[in-house]
Amino acid sequence: MIKIDNIDKWYGDFHVLKSCSLEVERGEVIVICGPSGSGKSTLIKCVNALEPVDSGRIVVEETDVTDKGTKLPLVRARIGMVFQHFELFPHKTVIENLMMGQIKVLRRSQDEARQKAESLLKRVGLSDQADKYPSALSGGQQQRVAIARALAMDPIAMCFDEPTSALDPEMISEVLDVMVELAKEGMTMMVVTHEMGFARKVARRVVFMDQGEVKEIAPTETFFKNPESERAKEFLSKILAH
Amino acid sequence: MGDFDFLVIIESLPFLFDGLLISFQLTFLALLAGLAWGTILAVMRIWGPAPLRWFSAIYVNVFRSIPLILVIFWFYFLVPLLIGRPVGNFTSALIAFSLFEAAYYAEIMRAGLNSVSRGQVYAGLAIGLSPRQNLQYVILPQAFRNMIPVLLTQAIILFQDTSLVYVVALSDFMTSASTVAKVEGRLAEMYLFAALVYFLICFSGSMLVKHLQKKKVA
Repeated sequence: MIKIDNIDKWYGDFHVLKSCSLEVERGEVIVICGPSGSGKSTLIKCVNALEPVDSGRIVVEETDVTDKGTKLPLVRARIGMVFQHFELFPHKTVIENLMMGQIKVLRRSQDEARQKAESLLKRVGLSDQADKYPSALSGGQQQRVAIARALAMDPIAMCFDEPTSALDPEMISEVLDVMVELAKEGMTMMVVTHEMGFARKVARRVVFMDQGEVKEIAPTETFFKNPESERAKEFLSKILAH
Repeated sequence: MGDFDFLVIIESLPFLFDGLLISFQLTFLALLAGLAWGTILAVMRIWGPAPLRWFSAIYVNVFRSIPLILVIFWFYFLVPLLIGRPVGNFTSALIAFSLFEAAYYAEIMRAGLNSVSRGQVYAGLAIGLSPRQNLQYVILPQAFRNMIPVLLTQAIILFQDTSLVYVVALSDFMTSASTVAKVEGRLAEMYLFAALVYFLICFSGSMLVKHLQKKKVA
């Protein structure tokens, strides 16, 4: 369903992504991990063309997002994106955050958008926060709103860019719970994270990246028990040590 | 002090008030037009193709490098020449102020637009907003909010600067006060009073700015 085919990307002289390829099937949950600066976040931002690639192709359900002629807004609306720092719109209330895309992009009516937003807020357990501004919410709550905002667009897949890295430890589980539930419902998910517990619980495969390369793609259990590359072993020993 | 006659102020209040209205009108309209044009210039400077970026940069630098009073003169004599009929001193002053202020508002809005984080830009695009919608619904509202104190400060400066229209004989507050001062021969009283009025209005404005800044920090 998502096919990343041999993409390369440069930031000036810096080769961020080196011939990366990856395929994600419908309903599959993939966790992408690796040391910081390995290109994970950049890779995931390429999927909905927030970051343009220099060469290679990315096809999402028959739509080539790397093709200049593709209407990107419509593709992006169908791929939910959750960011490390939540990125809720600070000048809009929680419910307005969930309604904006529905109204402006999907052309839903005010009522329809509100209904959808309310049911999603209920789903992430935040119905009572609907009329607050994001700044009044905790980090965990903000991230759950951000997930709901992405879901409001009825996405065919969800991308998560380190969704729990900016959270206080006690708030991580409330966000992961929502993500686990999504995974169980069959959502196609690409998740950049260091939460190995989450990976073990729901990921079918793990992608290990290092220095801009996809070093290893393996079924989750194989990756944890028996990583192929030395770098992955080293990475795992560091991350699982505590 | 005994020679001071403050009665002249009270007697001329209706006339002065009309002048004050003109000052306010000019400030308000030039603020709106200048802010709109300035915002367009800022957007061109940041996201526009090269020719528009250059145009914006040159525009801003030219207007910031010439005295306002010269711009007011220019448009007073230039606009009628260009369109072939007189436009009146209020309109020509309004055009001059709008174009001049736009250069300053462009720089303020440029800072405001740059103050919106890249993450916010991504977030807007990620839900499927087009670049134009993203600007309109996500970036600009935040840029304006972040810049409100600076925009207000510039508005206060603009209000003071409107007193320069006496050079084209537009009867704003300053010109009206000046007229009364000369006709009644009460220069000291009128100019003191004018200073007091400008001070009160601008000082209240500054207090408001301080209050808004505190609120923003909190």
